[in-house]
Amino acid sequence: MGLSNVLKLHFDIPANDFVSAGEASSSVKKTLSQLGIAPQVIKKSAIAMYEAEINAVIHANGGTADIEIDQDKVIIKIQDEGPGIPDLDLAMQEGFSTAPDTVRQMGFGAGMGLPNMKRYADELKINTEVGRGTTVIIRVNFA
Amino acid sequence: MGTYFHSVNLDEEKCRGCTNCIKRCPTEAIRVRKSKARIINERCIDCGECIRVCPYHAKKAISDPFDIVNTFKYKVVIPAPSLYGQFKAVYSRNHILTALKIIGFDEVYEVAKAAEIVSSATRKLMKKSDVKKPLISSACPAVVKLIQVRYPSLIENIVKLESPMEVAAKVAKMEIAESKNIAPEDIGVFFITPCAAKVTSVKARYENGSSFVDGVISIKDVYLKILSSLGKVRNIEDLEQAGFEGIRWANSGGESLALETEKFLAVDGIHNVITILEEVENDRLEDVEFIEALSCVGGCLGGPLTVENVYVAKTRLKKHLDAAKAKGSDVHEDEKEYSGDFALTGNVECKPVMKLDIDLAKAMKKLETLELINKELPGLDCGACGAPSCRALAEDIVRGNANETDCIFKLREKVRQLAVQMMELEAKMPPVLDKGIG
Ligand SMILES: Nc1ncnc2c1ncn2[C@@H]1O[C@H](COP(=O)(O)OP(=O)(O)O)[C@@H](O)[C@H]1O
Ligand code: SF4
Ligand code: SF4
Ligand SMILES: [Mg+2]
Repeated sequence: MGLSNVLKLHFDIPANDFVSAGEASSSVKKTLSQLGIAPQVIKKSAIAMYEAEINAVIHANGGTADIEIDQDKVIIKIQDEGPGIPDLDLAMQEGFSTAPDTVRQMGFGAGMGLPNMKRYADELKINTEVGRGTTVIIRVNFA
Repeated sequence: MGTYFHSVNLDEEKCRGCTNCIKRCPTEAIRVRKSKARIINERCIDCGECIRVCPYHAKKAISDPFDIVNTFKYKVVIPAPSLYGQFKAVYSRNHILTALKIIGFDEVYEVAKAAEIVSSATRKLMKKSDVKKPLISSACPAVVKLIQVRYPSLIENIVKLESPMEVAAKVAKMEIAESKNIAPEDIGVFFITPCAAKVTSVKARYENGSSFVDGVISIKDVYLKILSSLGKVRNIEDLEQAGFEGIRWANSGGESLALETEKFLAVDGIHNVITILEEVENDRLEDVEFIEALSCVGGCLGGPLTVENVYVAKTRLKKHLDAAKAKGSDVHEDEKEYSGDFALTGNVECKPVMKLDIDLAKAMKKLETLELINKELPGLDCGACGAPSCRALAEDIVRGNANETDCIFKLREKVRQLAVQMMELEAKMPPVLDKGIG
């Protein structure tokens, strides 16, 4: 097998599992530190990915995470087949959340996930279709 | 920097290679090789978890022997507040401090007093607008090291103040040199420590210059000496200087309570600390401006080099706290006097010991190989290979420190393959002897 110059990682994000939610982003964080990536870059990637991962858990019955790392960036793709986001501009607003009370009591659903992703990602792409699902693509540059 | 000093070490003779310790280590610093545990020096944060968990007491902390005090003319002891929790509550704090003088010290300066100075400086720091919040206490050196090794993005949150121990040593030395007119080099300052992490923080300060502490003696090592001196005390001297706020630092939460804010979080036990640091790193903690994180369950009273059970010690400390409270004080009156003197001089450096290679391209290749190897391992994390998990073994293999056949399952697979090959070979007869029907 020839070693490529892109490192790929794959994770399944289980549905409604609040205890293990965040494991994929933790694992990516560990990977990035093993690569010697700068701490602040790791932090940006970890927060952005964590929020996307949590969204897949609480809003979309879980999904998958695919990570691609090359010499100068990490690309994080979180995909789900959940309900989709009807009004993305509205969802992007700080504090907007449709999370039910039960979820909120667990400390999730402050409506800051999407705004934080925007803040920490160098590029954020969201493809969403009601009834079909959502794909969030986060790019964080190493330099 | 030279060799990397840390206090926690192995007693080769006692270690049976049982692998109990490898999974408890928060930085995956231990491997068992040739039936002996080995600590990967640069990863060890001196938390003492392995000391606690080893059934054969084969993990020990290197600290200074009591005799070290004799190398100085004027001997000053600076006891950690956790010392007060080690003795029966009938002995007052002054009684314990007097006993310290009987065992051979000329003077006593309570670290609890210095803790109050640090609290005062921290209160000021909290009011500044340009500090990164939540601030994370720098009092526990094991936690600081953990952050350097595993959470480098949180380094800027660390309170850049010297620890109460260091402040106590500095103040004691300066005050005594001046009031008694003794040359500073003749004054030896000795810390009585509850833990290995404090030993390391004195012996290996790296970026922070040399310590004002001249020796670190463990509570365990002086316990009996103090105990027998407690009975010899005739006149109890008035040596206490600290109020309850300083003494309370021995408890988890003690440092936070002195800060005059509700927005604090106090966490103790290194594995709990890790959970909280993950939360901070994910930006998940709301309304928290100060984090007191202590490596030991129960705080310093639960230090690995203490003698008394942490919960018993807690009850005993409560008596001292009540006594100090009854005495009054603690009105933060010297808020100005100590300002600015105790800032950490150097930087807290990032120690990226998890890095697979300094070259990113090479690190990526190693990581890819690591993942491939990991996929082939059974995923049982049984520890029989001497590594804490299958993934850690994969990492060791990539780093060139282990082989795939260290995994007993892999080894069995190989043996089975070999056996099949041997059977096949055995079935093949040399042509001259082959009497096959032809
Ligand atoms: N993967 C997703 N699938 C469906 N809806 C989503 C998804 N991600 C976000 N949303 C919608 O966008 C809203 C805002 O998301 P976010 O900013 O992360 O806040 P929060 O998750 O706290 O509600 C959510 O409440 C939800 O209605
Ligand atoms: S002291 Fe802590 S970090 Fe060091 S080897 Fe033991 S468990 Fe690991
Ligand atoms: S909590 Fe206290 S006793 Fe335990 S390692 Fe930290 S400083 Fe030492
Ligand atoms: Mg969210």
